[in-house]
Amino acid sequence: MVAPFIQVQEIYKSYQRDSLEIPVLRNINLEIAEGEFIAFMGPSGSGKTTLLNLIAGIDKPTSGKILIAGTDVTELNESELAVWRSRNVGFIFQFYNLIPVLTALENVELPLILTPLSKKERRAHAEMALAVVGLAERMHHYPRQLSGGQEQRVAIARAIATDPAILVADEPTGDLDKASAEEVLELMDRLNRELNKTILMVTHDPRAAERARSTRNLDKGELNN
Amino acid sequence: MELVRLLFRNVLRHKLRGILTIVGVGVAVMAFALLQTVVSAWYAGVEASAANRLISRHAVSFVFPLPLAYRDRIAQIPGVNKVTFASWFSGVYIDKNQFFARLAVDSDTFFDVYSEFLVPPEQFEVFKRERNAAIIGSDIAQRYNLKLGDIMPIEGDVFPGQWEFVVRGIYEPRDQTTDPTTMMFHYKYLEERVRQEMPQRAGDIGWYIVRIDDPDNSAAISQEIDKLFANSRAETKTETERAFQQSFLSAASAVITAMNVMSFVIIGIILLVVGNTMIMSARERTHEFAVLKALGFTGGQLFFLIAGESILLSLFGSALGLGVTFPAVAGFETALPKGWFPVFYIKPETVAIGCAAGLLVGVLAAIIPLRRVLTTRIVEGLRHVG
Repeated sequence: MVAPFIQVQEIYKSYQRDSLEIPVLRNINLEIAEGEFIAFMGPSGSGKTTLLNLIAGIDKPTSGKILIAGTDVTELNESELAVWRSRNVGFIFQFYNLIPVLTALENVELPLILTPLSKKERRAHAEMALAVVGLAERMHHYPRQLSGGQEQRVAIARAIATDPAILVADEPTGDLDKASAEEVLELMDRLNRELNKTILMVTHDPRAAERARSTRNLDKGELNN
Repeated sequence: MELVRLLFRNVLRHKLRGILTIVGVGVAVMAFALLQTVVSAWYAGVEASAANRLISRHAVSFVFPLPLAYRDRIAQIPGVNKVTFASWFSGVYIDKNQFFARLAVDSDTFFDVYSEFLVPPEQFEVFKRERNAAIIGSDIAQRYNLKLGDIMPIEGDVFPGQWEFVVRGIYEPRDQTTDPTTMMFHYKYLEERVRQEMPQRAGDIGWYIVRIDDPDNSAAISQEIDKLFANSRAETKTETERAFQQSFLSAASAVITAMNVMSFVIIGIILLVVGNTMIMSARERTHEFAVLKALGFTGGQLFFLIAGESILLSLFGSALGLGVTFPAVAGFETALPKGWFPVFYIKPETVAIGCAAGLLVGVLAAIIPLRRVLTTRIVEGLRHVG
């Protein structure tokens, strides 16, 4: 039997505020297969972004294990985690988070700096990623010269440029109009179906969640289904 | 796209702030270099001192003369290589504002001991043959448009009367530390008139310059000279040329120290200027740095971006400041009364300290923002609204 691609085991996460311990996630157990497109839903403060951050390796649980392709990411130190993220995770943020002083092409090329690729290869990869999201002709535009939808597509190109196995998307359509949101969701759907990317998406939007293969609900730090 | 491109783009991300910071650093570095140049100018005489030269003067004060007869006795002391002497002539050339040193010297020996005055041999030969001939520094020749053969009329004050000298030699300073503004003429010419007009002052000289074989023996030889003339009508005080020059600065030492301290306070001000810019810059980009960390950028790469930006701002400013310092120093020198600072130039050390200060300030100014960026957790950085 093949082990699930992502295994979240008995995760507990709390924050310390002064002397008060505030629990955010309680006893989370989750298995996600490779190539899954899963949406996490739930009210604000339910812990869905925290769970996403833990799986993406940008935060650490208070206790529990997260195994991804056999690697326990909770055991990695900061430097190891940085390397692991650069190879395995692509990030899509609600507010795109592009670097304003870099062009679309340079933004997409940014994570490729961390790879051993040559300058020429990096550029080819970045151009290809921009072509995948349909923005090849806008590669020399700065973020301020793009619409919100286009910025998010550049962010998706940046997320897939290094060909990571996992894409994590935190409210990817939260700042977009309906048409742009639809374009972005369509793109994510394609990445999942055609490139077999494992996508974990946090959203409040039921229409966005409908594009996922499965939906998990969180409430008060617990998974409900 | 290389990381260095992002670094350069970040430097001028906020153009006005970046330019103001660079200009601020530039002005401060210029002020630092100007103050250091003035301080160096004060110490020019000290720095030009030779280790193997002693100055023997009247024990009471420099203004009292010594007998010429001391020369041969000093020359006999073991370790003494050559003895020469000079007298302060002073006088007024054109008007009282035209200041430069005018010395009556023993022309047979003086230029041997002061080999830093480079006189063309043919000019020196002519000078030696003519009793009222003078040798002047190249700066004096340039300042007063004097050529070989020109007459320099001087109204005497220390030695009253009308004096006329013929320019027979123009010396070039050996290097930048040598005073190019001195006039020297034959002591014999002075002595000749003194014997006729002021016989009570005949046979007096101002001070002896004693060249010794080994600088390590300067203290012992100084003692030996002073012992030789102890309890005489003109006791001597002998010291190294450096100590002698230093004694002229004692009155102004508080001002010089203040200027020196001020120049380094200015470096502190640069640190605050660049530090402030970097703290603001890094705070505004907390979110962006969190994104870079999430993408996998390491602490070393973020150090490169932040410290690099800080160092570039500081170095650009330093380069601007040092570039402006050269015309500023030239303008400052022009504005000063003629002859105020005979040796006035920007020392290579000042330029080196300016550059080093730029680099150091760049590194130090990056510490606080860097610490903040490196210790901020990614999730906190992503939540930051700046």
